[in-house]
Amino acid sequence: MNLLRMTAAGLGEAMAAGVVSAREVTQAHLDQIEAVDSRVAAFLCRDGERALATAAAIDERRAAGEHLGPLAGVPLAMKDIFTYRGLPTTAGSRILEGWHPPYDSTTTTRLLDAGLVILGKTNLDEFAMGSSTENSGYQVTHNPWDLTRIPGGSGGGSAAALAAFEAPLAVGTDTGGSIRQPASVTGTVGVKPTYGGTSRYGVVAMASSLDTPGPCARTVLDAALLHEVIGGWDPRDSTSINAPVPPVVAAARRADVAGLRIGVVREFGGEGYAPGVERRFTEALAVLEGLGAEIVEVSCPHFDYALGAYYLIMPSEVSSNLARFDAMRYGLRVGDDGTRSTEEVMSLTRGTGFGAEVKRRIIIGTYALSSGYYDAYYGSAQKVRTLIKRDFDAAFEAVDVLVSPSTPTAAFRIGERADDPLAMYKADLCTIPSNMAGNCAISVPCGLADGLPVGLQVMAPPLADDRLYLVGAALENALAGRWGGLLLDTLAESPGGAWLGVAGEDGR
Amino acid sequence: MSEPLLDYDEALAAFDPVLGLEVHVELNTASKMFCGCANFFGSAPNTQTCPVCLGLPGSLPVVNAKAIESAIRIGLALGCDIAEWCRFARKNYFYPDMTKDFQTSQYDEPIAFDGRVELEVDGETYTIEIERAHMEEDAGKLLHLGGSTGRIGDAEYSLLDYNRAGTPLVEIVTRPIRGTGAKAPAVARAYVSWLRDLMLALGVSDVRMEQGSLRCDANVSLMPKGTSELGLRTETKNVNSLRSVERALTYEIRRQAAVLAAGGKVHQETRHWHEEGWTTPGRSKETAEDYRYFPEPDLVPVAPSREWVAELRATLPELPGLRRARLQADWGLGDREFADVVNAGALDLLEATVAAGCPAPAARKWWLTELARRANAAGVELAELAITPAQVAELQALVAGGTVNDLIARQVIDGVLAGEGSPAAVVAARGLAVVSDETALAEAVARAIAADPAAAAKIRDGKVAAIGALIGAVMREMRGQADAGRVRELVLEQLA
Amino acid sequence: MALTAADVGRLAELARVHLTPVELEHLAPQLDVILDAVASVSEVAGADVPPTSHALPLTNVFRPDVVTPSLPVADVLAGAPATEDDRFRVPRILGEES
Repeated sequence: MNLLRMTAAGLGEAMAAGVVSAREVTQAHLDQIEAVDSRVAAFLCRDGERALATAAAIDERRAAGEHLGPLAGVPLAMKDIFTYRGLPTTAGSRILEGWHPPYDSTTTTRLLDAGLVILGKTNLDEFAMGSSTENSGYQVTHNPWDLTRIPGGSGGGSAAALAAFEAPLAVGTDTGGSIRQPASVTGTVGVKPTYGGTSRYGVVAMASSLDTPGPCARTVLDAALLHEVIGGWDPRDSTSINAPVPPVVAAARRADVAGLRIGVVREFGGEGYAPGVERRFTEALAVLEGLGAEIVEVSCPHFDYALGAYYLIMPSEVSSNLARFDAMRYGLRVGDDGTRSTEEVMSLTRGTGFGAEVKRRIIIGTYALSSGYYDAYYGSAQKVRTLIKRDFDAAFEAVDVLVSPSTPTAAFRIGERADDPLAMYKADLCTIPSNMAGNCAISVPCGLADGLPVGLQVMAPPLADDRLYLVGAALENALAGRWGGLLLDTLAESPGGAWLGVAGEDGR
Repeated sequence: MSEPLLDYDEALAAFDPVLGLEVHVELNTASKMFCGCANFFGSAPNTQTCPVCLGLPGSLPVVNAKAIESAIRIGLALGCDIAEWCRFARKNYFYPDMTKDFQTSQYDEPIAFDGRVELEVDGETYTIEIERAHMEEDAGKLLHLGGSTGRIGDAEYSLLDYNRAGTPLVEIVTRPIRGTGAKAPAVARAYVSWLRDLMLALGVSDVRMEQGSLRCDANVSLMPKGTSELGLRTETKNVNSLRSVERALTYEIRRQAAVLAAGGKVHQETRHWHEEGWTTPGRSKETAEDYRYFPEPDLVPVAPSREWVAELRATLPELPGLRRARLQADWGLGDREFADVVNAGALDLLEATVAAGCPAPAARKWWLTELARRANAAGVELAELAITPAQVAELQALVAGGTVNDLIARQVIDGVLAGEGSPAAVVAARGLAVVSDETALAEAVARAIAADPAAAAKIRDGKVAAIGALIGAVMREMRGQADAGRVRELVLEQLA
Repeated sequence: MALTAADVGRLAELARVHLTPVELEHLAPQLDVILDAVASVSEVAGADVPPTSHALPLTNVFRPDVVTPSLPVADVLAGAPATEDDRFRVPRILGEES
């Protein structure tokens, strides 16, 4: 059996059945990272020794007869925005180069408690700001489907790691689409849970009212299993919801959309959307219809203002959240030559340690909050948020879920939008409204356009995360029937994907 | 170091002072405002910090329920309305003592607002309107090193201890206080003193100004008499005692008056009070700070139910005004006498002295005369003298029992203040006890009579006034350690 | 609503981010484009629309007033650029204390 091609669920079962050890599984994935990451550059750092030790400990516990959870021993890649003691957490920024946090994020704790094996930290746009991972202060990550193209962002590292079969699971954060858009352009599954459904404690903050940690995987069921591990109330996060995790695994297994009402958001389409993307999307709708779902068109007129409101609220919160990087207590310090003042050292450090996109957003945010401008900018944007919520509420009266393409285009080339921030921002057109309203959404692969993956987004009301998995799994199963497997299997078995070394039952 | 000052009375003849007082109260919760680190003073540096109060990347605040409770109780005791729904807000600015480079505070939605306090100062009642009381967190503690003053101005570098960062604070802000005239500094002092008593009565803070658990920023501006336009105000910080509140405001009034009288303009600025007796300007800023307030996204609104507020209202203790009325009645003091006690900052001391068994009039006498004189001479508050209420009670007992007289008592006080021990110990060690040995006393009387036959003769003739000289002679010989009344009796007996 | 390089300079000062003259020149027009794009937001946000700062209407999330362990001092100071006597050491501060 090809350990690298197996799903997390499959690996978990195999280990539970004693067919393979956790150590073997971890070693296989570490070997894969060694083999391909020089081309993909998904990982910022690897934790091989500790990962193997963790795996070995899992094997021992199992050998002693302990009953472990379904994902015990399964390897995972962690977006370098979650704190994890023993490894640096950089948030993709030079200002935090070498920072070793003295505490674990709640997500990290939950993963470790469930027996997952953390392989290392993956690359991201600096402080989660971007849609291509090109803004990372360290390296550019390459899309395994086409190494000259971006893997999406900000969580491109996690998505690329999945698509390169370096790990079967990953965790990321989604603020404006940072899990879903990379999933879409890499042919993987990415979920933004209901805001507050996963804990933000230990997640380097970008936009506090929008950031949502979430699961990333190659299949919908895998994502559901991971969702169940990381989801749930956290008393350390005042904005987390004190309610049980929705029954996402059950929904993923049920995968039945008969009688479900699905709304197509009219505003998500047309100009700016690649024809190939719209075609795959429309075909996927037909598949869902064929499975018994009812498709209707809905209008959410205020979604047109979502991008503008997002690019006011998010930078405002960013400008405040990133103020703490002031060279006083941790991180980079520049210019302290004995003559300069603290104020100068702060300024020089931030000017040097932050990249261009981060500086752009800090300036915008500072402006939007400054006196005289609050009402016109931040204040107005918070009102648009209410209007977006109302659009969602109205839509969900008529339908059970909403759907759209996950992002207007397939993966663009590295460097293509680097000088055009506004063009870059438009990658998040479809994903942003869910962050603004706080509801949940998923991106699942729905086909290829010119050989590049296209994703379909499903959106559901807050705390109805199970509906995402219901629809996602149904579509995945139906499409697997047509494709003979996952979209990624196409890459794995193709000549263009030979370098991945995962073709066939026995892999390389 | 002092700037030109106008004579106080002259200043008050030309101007009406308008006060504004901002008082920060450090709450005595067990843990900090947003995290579980211990909240107490005096630990080794950076031993009471965690990811949250250090503002480490990824950390999040969680509100301390007890802090909310205390804030509501303070608001109720100040006669405020309690918000039905309010939020925390971020006050954004960069300073090394703030771990997040923003302070989590409250902006346009304070938890308590529109209250009032009534004070009596020298028999007159003043009403202080409370604009708001809101919650916020404290910053860390800075040490400035490398210079000669320990102040920021000439420091080469600074050191930071974040133990205090995240301590819960309640900030109480008054509306402009007018109509106090020459009493302005005294009213300000009385207000801060009243707040202290209130916090102690509520049990929400140990309000020790010298430790910073009660801080006062004193604002004052001068209105030319006959006008109603507010002048530019200064804000004075580093006012670390009740006495300093009064002295700092007096100084600022005189300083501002001198500036205005000379035709100048008062700079709207923050000033620093120096205990030596003056204020100096802080560094002036070209532009006012833009704090870019916005609602704190990491916290959810606080919406105290009316039921909860009612429950908390029922826990309010006897408020300072009521306590004072009761004490005054218990002690049988007149208004003037009682006001003297309060103004001297001796209320708690008197209460403790009386509790230790000393009659109230005597307690009042000791604290407000002999001990107050010594406190003023040393430039300290009454409470800082090295004598306890229990010791004062003991002294009074010694006087009442005839062991020492009033005069000798002063020497006993000297001894206690010098650290020689309790009053009884000082009397014993210094041999101050009044001589009660009748024989010795009679011998001394006989010697005095023999030494002054003229006075003796006058007394035999009925001119009893001359007895003073003889009593004086005996007292001198006994070094005051004799009961003057008994001496008088003995003189008369021997001359009979 | 054209942002000049001087405007950007003032904002950078407020945000304590040192920008080179080249960055200042480059940034101003970029920000202008973005601000134009977001300006439409104020048109649609009527006075009668309440703002939303949280996705879900949670209120009164508190924790009990209980002491929990603090970090060991070594951990606190571990990543510090400079320390002295168990305190963080910073260069001379120009601004007056808050």
